[in-house]
Amino acid sequence: MKQTEFKNVDPPMWVAWNQAKASIRVRFLRMLITSLGVALGIAFFCSMQVLSSTPTHGGMQSQAQMQWLTGTSLVMCLVGVTNSMLMSVTERYREIGTIKCLGASDSFIVKVFFLEALLLGALGSLGGSLIGSLLIALVMSATTGSPGLVPIVHAIVVGTLVGILMTVLAAIAPAVQAAKMPAAAALRVDV
Amino acid sequence: MSLLDQREVVVRTVDVVKQYGEGEAAVRALNGVTCEIYTGEYLSIMGPSGSGKSTLFNMIGGLDKPNEGSVFVNSVDIAQLTPKELAFLRCHTIGYIFQTFNLISVRTALENVTLPMLFAGLTPEEADERGIKLLDLVGLVHRLHHRPSELSGGQQQRVAIARSLANNPSIILADEPTGNLDLKTGQEIIDLLRSLNEERGVTIISATHDHKMLDVSDRIFHIRDGQLALVETREELDKHKALA
Repeated sequence: MKQTEFKNVDPPMWVAWNQAKASIRVRFLRMLITSLGVALGIAFFCSMQVLSSTPTHGGMQSQAQMQWLTGTSLVMCLVGVTNSMLMSVTERYREIGTIKCLGASDSFIVKVFFLEALLLGALGSLGGSLIGSLLIALVMSATTGSPGLVPIVHAIVVGTLVGILMTVLAAIAPAVQAAKMPAAAALRVDV
Repeated sequence: MSLLDQREVVVRTVDVVKQYGEGEAAVRALNGVTCEIYTGEYLSIMGPSGSGKSTLFNMIGGLDKPNEGSVFVNSVDIAQLTPKELAFLRCHTIGYIFQTFNLISVRTALENVTLPMLFAGLTPEEADERGIKLLDLVGLVHRLHHRPSELSGGQQQRVAIARSLANNPSIILADEPTGNLDLKTGQEIIDLLRSLNEERGVTIISATHDHKMLDVSDRIFHIRDGQLALVETREELDKHKALA
């Protein structure tokens, strides 16, 4: 019998990057919707941040109430992002099984989903932060007075970082699980 | 007996048991299968649905691990391999063909064929060159940059066959490769597999319901209720045919 000699070769990062890019390009509409889901959640979170950063917004609500509202918006955003990312990974179990059959290591599969989520999360979060912060700033300028530049920039930076972190975490967890599955099991999954 | 006995063994299974589920609900898909598969043969695994045919196929291909017993591929016990080594084995030693083609939908025909080569560490230029040769071999050199959705079923299966050959595997595992194809296309795929088997000496192991497949097989394993019920050789098959 021939003896197999095992070597430890992992494909370079650009192989995973190309796979992630192809996936986003071909599923553009699907990805756009996922990204929009992220953007909306983050937009809400950012607008709440800007709103709560200025105590002089008509004196309608107390600081504690505003913090509670910001917290709630973060949770809503978290649920939305997790849901869309979970869906986009689980509907691709078969693809994961196939790539495993072709000889992909578990880490390659995780890398592909990590890169996809990073790109999607970055675009969605940045877009959402800009939209949310600027819109609420506009509304505030027209009614109670401009919130100033600092809280807006702060909200955009925090919103983008939080968004990217949530998107990546929400995608990595199911991707790691799928990568660890025996290939046969991943191929059997019907979603 | 026959020449087959002197041949090298490429796959050996010893008392393989595979059980799904636990306790009372447990189902034994394989119940002690011991067999040897020789280098360069064209083997068909036959059996009704639920007989354990696909499970045996998954065991041989290192897609799943047995609960008891061992599977040796090229004298390596696959149950002992780490996930990384298993990935290496799948990449270099085994090529897979599926009933549902399972091409990567977001990549072109050429990219589907070259992906396993990139996993194996080839440069993109080497991979493209070899990929084009393989697609030429299966008669699809004019469809290099089409995505699977732009190809017919038969064409997709040809791409899958080219992909399975990517890293010159010693074994090709085909799970009902003609199951989703019409008669004529199915016959073309069978002819292609047989010619690859003869010209390249690659071992072909195919789970099938298709009786056309039997005409080209060197041996046939009949699986019943998770056990190897009968092994037929070419000579026996020809004898039956002559009698009938």
